Amino acid sequence: MSDVPEVKPPVVTPVRVVIALCLIAPFVAMLWVGSYAKTDPDFIGIPFFYWYQMLWVLISTVLTMTAYKLWQRDQRARTGGAAK
Amino acid sequence: MNDGVNGVALAVFIFFFLAVTVVGFLAARWRRAENEASLDEWGLGGRSFGTWVTWFLLGGDLYTAYTFVAVPAAIYAAGAAGFFAVPYTILVYPLIFTFLPRLWSVSHKHGYVTTSDFVRGRFGSKGLSLAVAVTGILATMPYIALQLVGIQAVLDVMGVGGGEDTNWFVKDLPLLIAFGVLAAYTYSSGLRAPALIAFVKDTLIYIVIAVAIIYIPIKLGGFDDIFAKAGEAFAQTNPATGAPRGALAPAEAGQWTYATLALGSALALFMYPHSITATLSSKSREVIRRNTTILPLYSLMLGLLALLGFMAIAAGVKVSNGQLAIPQLFEDMFPDWFAGVAFAAIGIGALVPAAIMSIAAANLFTRNIYKDFIKPDATPAQETKVSKLVSLLVKVGALVFVLTMDKTVAINFQLLGGIWILQTFPALVGGLFTRWFHRWALLAGWAVGMIYGTAAAYGVASPTQKHFGGSSKEIPGIGEIGYIGLTAFLLNVVVTVVLTFALKALKAPDGVDETRPEDYTADAGDPGVEVELPPATAGTSH
Repeated sequence: MSDVPEVKPPVVTPVRVVIALCLIAPFVAMLWVGSYAKTDPDFIGIPFFYWYQMLWVLISTVLTMTAYKLWQRDQRARTGGAAK
Repeated sequence: MNDGVNGVALAVFIFFFLAVTVVGFLAARWRRAENEASLDEWGLGGRSFGTWVTWFLLGGDLYTAYTFVAVPAAIYAAGAAGFFAVPYTILVYPLIFTFLPRLWSVSHKHGYVTTSDFVRGRFGSKGLSLAVAVTGILATMPYIALQLVGIQAVLDVMGVGGGEDTNWFVKDLPLLIAFGVLAAYTYSSGLRAPALIAFVKDTLIYIVIAVAIIYIPIKLGGFDDIFAKAGEAFAQTNPATGAPRGALAPAEAGQWTYATLALGSALALFMYPHSITATLSSKSREVIRRNTTILPLYSLMLGLLALLGFMAIAAGVKVSNGQLAIPQLFEDMFPDWFAGVAFAAIGIGALVPAAIMSIAAANLFTRNIYKDFIKPDATPAQETKVSKLVSLLVKVGALVFVLTMDKTVAINFQLLGGIWILQTFPALVGGLFTRWFHRWALLAGWAVGMIYGTAAAYGVASPTQKHFGGSSKEIPGIGEIGYIGLTAFLLNVVVTVVLTFALKALKAPDGVDETRPEDYTADAGDPGVEVELPPATAGTSH
């Protein structure tokens, strides 16, 4: 593979770090099973274990959406910058 | 189980079935392009689907009838352990957010129809591409067979499965008819048929879930009562194992299994050919990213659906075959006509993925076995013809599989399929980001993963089966019980990395990479992206 010499904005920017965190957070939350493997407190009779994970469906959706919006802005800024 | 035919439910079921049959055949005319005789048209719907069609298609594709039957059935059988499907589908979306747009771009730029096309183009290795194609086909076949198991469960509960001593032909006739019709419209309409039918399927499913999750708890006295009863049932000792049947929250020992199953399944899902087919049929890169933000609605539905397993216990549903628990719950709880709607939802839920899977398997065969090894100069029209025929063959194969073999064989193979398909991850996702891996190292890693995974799964015994009794086993070196697929995957990666270092040191020849870095971020409308595709119908404005 040959390296393509190009002038680019830095690859790691604060916005991209936030995007990465948004995408990684669900992995930490869901794979750490010990943090939610219990039945109390319950919600309208549903044990914690179940409603907590379903709540994470919503949280991860918001996070992915945030990542998507930030990524769009990031890309637009970059292509806009390249055009000038 | 079969105390007579449920006439009203059956009539409603047949009504919906006929409706989707008409839709399936009419789909051929939907957004028809001028250049029909190409695999892009038949096998990828002209690569023209927008956000919503893709959403329905992917949802209809990933959340299959088998999922609807098996996830609550697992909860019904063992409680918390079966709920891993929810974190699994949560993890899928951030994951595909990062790699699928790249696959879409490079596939669009180079006209790739399958993942094997990409692997061949990226690593210049027909052997590696063949390995990926064969794995894809092997993993998909039992998956199609399981869709039939889903339909069978519904037919059984409606009482049309026939008794034990009915002639096999009469007994299986409804299934044969359903599959004959499915095969016919897939043949004529290609991917457009399941895309349109998915609208009907998902609408029905959402209605059924919404009603079930409100109506059944009210009838059973609220979630408090449901979980109290389920807790009691799980605490009872299972005579076969001498341990409690299950638990409402996973015990310490089960947590590794839970997490590795969720992660391993999430990594595997988008390696399946049918997921990729649905993804590549979308019309732009943005459609995919946007979809990762709206697809989780299905995960929420899956979570609610899983809770039905507890309701089945609380409602006192007693079935010898766990797969029948949910259909039986619907039959017991709902008025006849609505049970018919619910059964139709499951039945149609089987047809959509079965159609997409057979198309995906057919595309793999055509592009990566037929064209690469048998007839390199095949024209697009010939490719389409072969693909159509193979889609029929694949379905017949699945049918024969289900009718002649025990259901557990299909389930065992499906379990193996998940382990196998995960072994294509390093070549595919690795290839999307880096060319560092050596093609021979990837092939060796794949082989090691396949062999370890198969051998390990063979060695798992359960109270009812000597082999293939489950998908988790002790992880060597850690001592915890974990998903075999993930262990095999790690082994695969280690072998790939070590051998890549070795092969690079030995200066083993690299294959030719036909892709360029900018291909991975190209979007529709960029120069060189659209011109290679047959123009879609004029007038598909958005």
